[in-house]
Amino acid sequence: MLSFIARRLAVAIPTLLILVVLSFVLMYAAPGGPFNSERPLPPAVLANIEAKYGLDQPFWKQIANYVVGVVTQFDFGPSFQYKDRSVNDIIAQGFPVTLTYGAWSFVVAAVVGISLGAAAAIKQNSWLDYMAVGFTIGAQVLPNFVMAPILVLIFTLWLGWLPGGGWNGGQWENLILPVIALSTSYMASIARITRSSMLEVLNTNFIRTAQAKGLSPSRVIFRHALKPAMLPVLSYLGPTFVFMITGSVVIDIFFSTGGIGRFFVDSAFNRDYSVIMGITILVGSMTILFNLLVDVLYAWIDPKIRY
Amino acid sequence: MLPHAKDVESVGEAVQLAEVQGRSLWADARTRFFRNKAAVFGLILLVCVAIFAIFGGFFTQYERDVVDFSLMGANAYKGVPSFETGHYFGTDASGRDLYARIVQGTAISIMVGVVGATVAVIVGTLYGATAGYFGGRVDGIMMRTVDVLMSIPFMFVLILMLVIFGRSMFMLFLGIGLISWLDMARIARGQTLTIKNKEFVEVAHAIGVHPLKIILRHIVPNLLGIVAVYATLLVPQLIIFESFISFLGLGVQEPNTSLGALLSEGASNMFNGTIWQLQFPLIAFVFTIFAFFFVGDGLRDALDPKDR
Repeated sequence: MLSFIARRLAVAIPTLLILVVLSFVLMYAAPGGPFNSERPLPPAVLANIEAKYGLDQPFWKQIANYVVGVVTQFDFGPSFQYKDRSVNDIIAQGFPVTLTYGAWSFVVAAVVGISLGAAAAIKQNSWLDYMAVGFTIGAQVLPNFVMAPILVLIFTLWLGWLPGGGWNGGQWENLILPVIALSTSYMASIARITRSSMLEVLNTNFIRTAQAKGLSPSRVIFRHALKPAMLPVLSYLGPTFVFMITGSVVIDIFFSTGGIGRFFVDSAFNRDYSVIMGITILVGSMTILFNLLVDVLYAWIDPKIRY
Repeated sequence: MLPHAKDVESVGEAVQLAEVQGRSLWADARTRFFRNKAAVFGLILLVCVAIFAIFGGFFTQYERDVVDFSLMGANAYKGVPSFETGHYFGTDASGRDLYARIVQGTAISIMVGVVGATVAVIVGTLYGATAGYFGGRVDGIMMRTVDVLMSIPFMFVLILMLVIFGRSMFMLFLGIGLISWLDMARIARGQTLTIKNKEFVEVAHAIGVHPLKIILRHIVPNLLGIVAVYATLLVPQLIIFESFISFLGLGVQEPNTSLGALLSEGASNMFNGTIWQLQFPLIAFVFTIFAFFFVGDGLRDALDPKDR
């Protein structure tokens, strides 16, 4: 097991480095620097500014400084647009918000999706099953950017029950709509995967044996069926978590929740490269870490995996 | 007891008949596909959406990018959908005909999806088949590369690229092409691993056929079933992906438009009483995605050897 984790880490760390280098090279290759504006600065001023941000140094020195800063001190450097803030400040401000509703959405999608899928499989061809299947088919055309306007239209504009935006320190009224918008389509995917995998497991011989020896239905399901049925779901949870963080771009813009998504898109329009890179690298490392975690869990649950 | 000559003859006839009626894999799949109501519904829907996207422009007198200044800013009461004015779906905040814009938006969204899926089919299939066929170290290096690329959050990298190299259709296509083939490569490789141990590949290898020719002539045709299914299901995913980018305003740029951009416009004008700006793009989006998903699911059920 340890060697398996070590080998996975051996892949994960170079991947992260590739990501850092790739985004740096992309930034370096950009035509025009971050300080080229409509009204060109005097060359002396431009040279001074570039010296301040270290942009006058040769490429290898810049990239080495950047990589060393990121790796040793998690320092993503200063923002090119906000003079008094570093990328770290911006992340520290936005990331907790993103993580809050992202984690809620993840939990809601996983718990509701798995329960719905498992219940549908156990009561196959019942009204519950048909409802679950109908939901999974319907929800696949409702990604977050479609759900968000629909929800606001219904619950804010027509019913007036919930606020259509704002964060307000993470009050539950402000959390509900973003969480539903973010989780619906993944909830549907998780339910669909759970249902088909559960159906497959329920038809196997060891479940028939468990039933034949007189175990109660709940014991058969929780003790024997659920664990193997979870394997395909587990491998889908890794990407799901990443989508939750990616989806924050839409949620932050639409609901003005103030997470990193907002800063990401703003800096995309302002060509604030260091912020874009910082957030890309942050999300990338979370992706890689989470995939690693899922792989380890997978290997731990499934004894057939050779590691 | 020996069988009667007559029986033998009739058996022979039966065998001959059976041979005449022999069905290919694809004919078989076609029968199964058309027996599936949801799939046929999806196909009809898809044809309708395609006709709308291609020929829809002929049914309106308005151009998608002509601004009607008399309606600008007044579309909440003057730009209401109606058949009398010819603005079937109303107008947007700049007084442009929404029907014409949705026709173009649907066309661009479908184009993005289809182009991305085509890239995925060509690059992904060849890449996966090559890795799977050669196996060993080649396979290891090729598939580790895919693993590494897959664990990069491409949504963010694509946005980074769109920012740095400018927001254009070409960059959008390039970005989508860059990611779309990864899953396909994995699927094609997995399938190749089982195909390459079949006798016909062994025979081809034994009589000295060039590996490249084996891959192109003997392996790739046998991958087509699963590739077709996956490509059909990839199209709606790519449309959603593109809409996501366009929703943020980073994808397709004015005066062109796509479903994501239209949805975003509709969503931001929701409180101005112009609900049709959200409603009609939403319907177009839902129909398009549903059509592709139903056809893809139908194809999977028709071609999946598991259920036979």
